[in-house]
Amino acid sequence: MYIPEYHAKEILAQYGVTIPDGGVARTVAEAEDRARALKAERFAVKAQILAGGRGAAGGVVMAPTPSAVGEAAGRLLGSRLVTAQTDAEGEVVERIYVEAAIETAHSLYLAFVIDPTGARPMLLGSARGGVEFEAEAQADPSILETLHLAHDGAIDEAALGGFLERLGVPEAARAAVHALIAATVRAALRNDALFVEINPLVITPAHDAVAVDAKMILDDNALFRHPEFETTAREAVRDDYERIARENDLNFVRLEGNIGVVVNGAGLGLATNDMIADAGGRPANFMDIRTTATSFQIARGVELLLSDPGIKVLLVNVHGGGMTVCDTVAEALNFAYSRSDRRVPVVFRAAGQNADWARSIMKDRRLPHENATSMRAAVTRAVAIASGKGA
Amino acid sequence: MAILIDSDTRVLVQGMTGRAGTFYTDLAMRYGTECVAGVRPGKGGSTHVGLPVFNTVAEARSDTGANASLIMVPPHRAADAMIEAIEAGIGVIVCVTERVPVMDMLRVKAALDGSESVLVGPNSQGVLSPGLCKIGVMATRDAAPGAVGIVSRSASLTSEVVAQTSALGLGQSTTVGIGGDPVHGLGFAQTLELFRTDDDTRAVVMIGEIGGTEEEEAAAYLSKTDYGKPVIALVVGRHAPAERRMGHAGTLAMMGARSAAQKAQGLADAGAIITEDADAVAPAVQKALRGG
Repeated sequence: MYIPEYHAKEILAQYGVTIPDGGVARTVAEAEDRARALKAERFAVKAQILAGGRGAAGGVVMAPTPSAVGEAAGRLLGSRLVTAQTDAEGEVVERIYVEAAIETAHSLYLAFVIDPTGARPMLLGSARGGVEFEAEAQADPSILETLHLAHDGAIDEAALGGFLERLGVPEAARAAVHALIAATVRAALRNDALFVEINPLVITPAHDAVAVDAKMILDDNALFRHPEFETTAREAVRDDYERIARENDLNFVRLEGNIGVVVNGAGLGLATNDMIADAGGRPANFMDIRTTATSFQIARGVELLLSDPGIKVLLVNVHGGGMTVCDTVAEALNFAYSRSDRRVPVVFRAAGQNADWARSIMKDRRLPHENATSMRAAVTRAVAIASGKGA
Repeated sequence: MAILIDSDTRVLVQGMTGRAGTFYTDLAMRYGTECVAGVRPGKGGSTHVGLPVFNTVAEARSDTGANASLIMVPPHRAADAMIEAIEAGIGVIVCVTERVPVMDMLRVKAALDGSESVLVGPNSQGVLSPGLCKIGVMATRDAAPGAVGIVSRSASLTSEVVAQTSALGLGQSTTVGIGGDPVHGLGFAQTLELFRTDDDTRAVVMIGEIGGTEEEEAAAYLSKTDYGKPVIALVVGRHAPAERRMGHAGTLAMMGARSAAQKAQGLADAGAIITEDADAVAPAVQKALRGG
């Protein structure tokens, strides 16, 4: 779950991280009021979307006066921001963050991540913080410094000292950066964060350490012990299709093609979409039916596909086993088709547990389908139908 | 001989009295697995699906001689269940629970460090040595004893490759689901090493996917090992959209994660035979075994 800047900064501040004075605004008037109340010499106006890369995309504007803040807010609010981390359509800016601009002596990069191989939290840092950091680090990984923490997040003080030295933190700012890092780690551990990024971490001429931009990613699997994030979690899923699918035990990602896919298992889903692309077709979605999904839940997923007028064919690829057996999926198709006017043709490939039973359901209920025995045969047929060469 | 589990394996089930626990324990026993006990705190002393139930793993182990555990408890209890099994000295621990928090897995991995236990999972379909022992939730209908070792991050693709290799008469020595979670127990490289020294295994199929660095570690292992058996690899997700929306794709790239195509290339450079799609796996195994 992605936590945008304003929310991430609030969380970090609760644990003792210094952030610039500022606040969220949803209208131009609100933005101007925010700016006046800040009594700063300069302001930063920042679009709040569920993706990074805003600086390079024009989503962060510096403004000299409260009325200039209002003008910047007017341009940003309601606009679509396309960044390197959004899709081509971008995201509509519904909130902006107005804050006091901070005097900068040094810009650092700091991130808290989990090293999956070592199974320990790890800090990433660089003396070269700022909007260009990601690109620079990919071109020259040597600008990135790392520091492993203990499995419970404990920080080795001597090692942290060395880390700060490698980041080029001036002596006079060591204590401030040290405190900011300790607070960030505490915030990450307490909130089940998989990722916290502070970029830039600004060291001011007065040797204060300030988190000027921040984002977090929280572990969706740990939400059960964080009821305080329930609303945030709901808002984090912007796509209605993906939200409905998630509520029905389906992993679903909308893509841009015309072949709707119904598959159980993430690996089989990826493999099916690879095969479609290799055959020159375009999948409309990625689907992974979770093992706990019922036929009614799967039917909701099929209905989502049937409600998309761009979809020309459904490709069903199910390997029955464990708790998801093939007939469950066939029943789901029957249910969804009985509630829809559309007769989208189905290419049906079932293997494993109850495959024969599933095929007999498809036949008996007169669903518009053809059977395929192998994955490749099914994909070939679906691609042909989608391109109008089906009949 | 198979790896990890065989006819000498005695299985206890943590969370056996739940719906899924009951269902899969019953299936495993019908398959011929020697299930010896269940563990459910508070229900010690009772009997469930014909097996004695204990309050703790340690009691179950000392009373029944269990040497493997299947963990089927809800996500918020999974880490404690894994740690309990590690502390009780269970040799092979298979956790099929999905959605275990990452921070919990850091605790589990710390407990695993220096222990004698092997952890498989979480979010794994389990381990199957066809005809000998099943610990997990996988389908067994198409499995057959044989020569192919399978190690995979995907349950559904494993079923697919099991069915294909059985259809060609090759069968499987053992199938291992390492699970789909970022922090987990046994990895590709360690499993490959187990298969290398297993006499029954004549070829290994490795099924990887986008995300993480498991495939890179497997490639590093293969390139420094005289493996002696063909390794056939499939890496899926070549056409999956890049994980841009989460906003940390760049960080993952800095930490060494590569695309599916790069992962496959790395494995090819290390001597693995790469198959382009799922249907090509079993024929590639057959060809490699014939070619010697």
